[in-house]
Amino acid sequence: MLTESAIPAATRPGAVPQPSVTVETEGRDHSPDSPLSIHDMTVAYHRKPVLWDVDLDVPPGKLVGIVGPNGAGKSTLIKAVMDLIPRTSGRVRIFGEPYRKQRHRVGYVPQRESVDWDFPVSALDVVTMGRYGRIGWFKPVLRRHREIARHALERVGIADLAHRQISQLSGGQQQRTFLARALVQEADLYLMDEPFAAVDAATEKAIVRLLQDLRSAGKTCLVVHHDLQTVSEYFDHLILLNMRVVAHGPTAEVFTHENLHKTYGGRLTLLSEAAEALGREARRT
Amino acid sequence: MTTVCWLGFAVDARGAEPGLEASVSRQGGGLTDRSNAWPTAAQWRRVVLLEDYNTRVVVGGTLLLGVAAGVIGSFTLLRKRALMGDALSHAMLPGIGLTFMLSVAAGGTGKSLWLLLLGATVSGLLGLGVILLVRNLTRLKEDAALGIVLSVFFGAGVAILGVVQRMGQGHSAGLESFIYGKTASMIASDAVRIAVVAALVLVVCTAFFKEFKLLCFDADYAASQGWPTVVLDVVMMGLVVMVTVIGLQAVGLILIIALLIIPPAAARFWTERLGMMALLAAVMGAAACAVGAAASALFPNLPSGAMIVLVGAALFLLSLLFGVRRGIVIRWLRRRELSRKVRQQHLLRAAYELREDDAVVPNLETALASKPIPTRELLRMRSWSPRELRRELRRAARAGHVVVDASDRVCLTADGYALAARVVRNHRLWELYLITHADIAPSHVDRDADAIEHVLGAGMIHTLELLLAEDRAPAAVPASPHLIGGAPIPQPK
Repeated sequence: MLTESAIPAATRPGAVPQPSVTVETEGRDHSPDSPLSIHDMTVAYHRKPVLWDVDLDVPPGKLVGIVGPNGAGKSTLIKAVMDLIPRTSGRVRIFGEPYRKQRHRVGYVPQRESVDWDFPVSALDVVTMGRYGRIGWFKPVLRRHREIARHALERVGIADLAHRQISQLSGGQQQRTFLARALVQEADLYLMDEPFAAVDAATEKAIVRLLQDLRSAGKTCLVVHHDLQTVSEYFDHLILLNMRVVAHGPTAEVFTHENLHKTYGGRLTLLSEAAEALGREARRT
Repeated sequence: MTTVCWLGFAVDARGAEPGLEASVSRQGGGLTDRSNAWPTAAQWRRVVLLEDYNTRVVVGGTLLLGVAAGVIGSFTLLRKRALMGDALSHAMLPGIGLTFMLSVAAGGTGKSLWLLLLGATVSGLLGLGVILLVRNLTRLKEDAALGIVLSVFFGAGVAILGVVQRMGQGHSAGLESFIYGKTASMIASDAVRIAVVAALVLVVCTAFFKEFKLLCFDADYAASQGWPTVVLDVVMMGLVVMVTVIGLQAVGLILIIALLIIPPAAARFWTERLGMMALLAAVMGAAACAVGAAASALFPNLPSGAMIVLVGAALFLLSLLFGVRRGIVIRWLRRRELSRKVRQQHLLRAAYELREDDAVVPNLETALASKPIPTRELLRMRSWSPRELRRELRRAARAGHVVVDASDRVCLTADGYALAARVVRNHRLWELYLITHADIAPSHVDRDADAIEHVLGAGMIHTLELLLAEDRAPAAVPASPHLIGGAPIPQPK
């Protein structure tokens, strides 16, 4: 890990400084009110870089879409932020602090395919898992925890399926279960990996409504998204990603033909060519 | 009876030939151990009623082993680490051989069970470490790493045992019991050791129940919440190591994996809940072990490990067939019930739609009642064979929905008419929904509607009614959105 010297934060103009928060910086300010700021982050698998020099601040209270082609590193970005994947270099701050100090403020919705839905638990059990962090070691799950979980299932509209084994849920219902699990975390920042993947139209609508509810409650949502058709409809802010951040900012400004061409256009960008060359080099040695 | 010695070594003390120390002979049963004679009634009684102290020790000890393995096995199975236990147990063999050699070289007898099990543990853990190394340092997948470690360690173990046998100690034959298991040699202190481990497994799995559940279901999510997944995995694997070590003696290192996998896998057929699965796995593991050990006591020449696995396999087979949640029979019954219902609905709908257009006077019900339908007309409505149609008609007649007259004509009863109207209505509601709300071309709608209408619940039908309410009177049967019967429905390309 990087050595970090504790220097008091120089707050940005207009930012509301939180008095007790000391921001560790290394030649660059991390605004403590930014739900997520990433500084020069590079992530590599087996010496093959998947993310280069990612550098961005996510504004609070916004719905932020992460868009990019397959293999652009969208999931990797989210996982690296949560320390699930080691970073080769760079720094991540959640509300001005390292993830491990702020993880109770982060809700996570993994990709639906990342788990085995044959697992012997009910939808309610899965949602209750979002509460385990607050319940703490060794303590059993109590009725009031299940009540909270049931309420979250109501919010996503599948309370009547609470006791179904999870493989008997449709894809959309499984996705809603995951969302409900993140909801009971009562987080301020939500990281969602493709919540719209392969869901029915009704679920898609329900998720959008939920995202908007979260935004009006002042929460920030970072959502990996695939469907370019709906991007400008759903998101205030956009991160165009293809191994590096091609562009980020308000959707209206960023979602341009030119940026999309840079993100998706041509099969190989210069950077991925360089990565290929590096990968070949690594394999040779 | 010797208490300090163990396995083949016990035989040494008695000066008998290795391999003969089965419980029956220990009890002085008078039978020669090599015979395959059917046990006498007295022997049956002694084993079944656990009259002998030795039998009680053996059955009790293995039963507890089954409980421990069933519980921890449930978690490792769901963590998809089930085969780790197999590599682990195989990797224990060289440790056993080496410990024996070292102990003898140091002037000992090599008979200390504690020392041998310690050697087994060290070597098993070394195997696990190598698996992790191979997986993390190379790009080999876990199954390859498992295969390599399992076979290499086991091969090394067999080679070491070969050397041990040439050392002229003469009493190394007992080491082979570690490979296949030999419950008969179990003594009270062995059973106590198993009981301690079983208690530990139960306590830890209860304390960590929610943590293990989260880890097994979604490890990444657990890590994102700050749960130390590596620590939890180590605790889980540590329990597997302990269960494997204490199980070596009873079932042997080749078959111990069966106790970790078969009872949990069988339990899964009976329940959809993790806690219940672990409980059932414990019960089935206990049953397999107790019955297997007893069988081995009755038939001294049958290795206990094999007996335990076979009893477990029988339980698995029963669960696979008759498990109330996922068993084959229940699934088959459910499917059959659904397809019967679907075929009956098809019949009623065909009859209804055949007479729908003739409903001039005064309503459709009387039209259906007054104009019986010849079966050949029904036959044309769907792609069913005359035999299938006849069978469905018989079923419908038994249910009181149709009457078939002497000249082979079909007439709907009042009940049948009511049901047919409901079926047709649901079908059309769904078709209309697909057309108006799901943007499916009318020509493709019939096939989709067919697939799903039979499983529409009351709530769903109510929703459909609300959705379509603005278009039509709710209770009426809407007109079909496509041509019926003889007219071919265009197939999707």
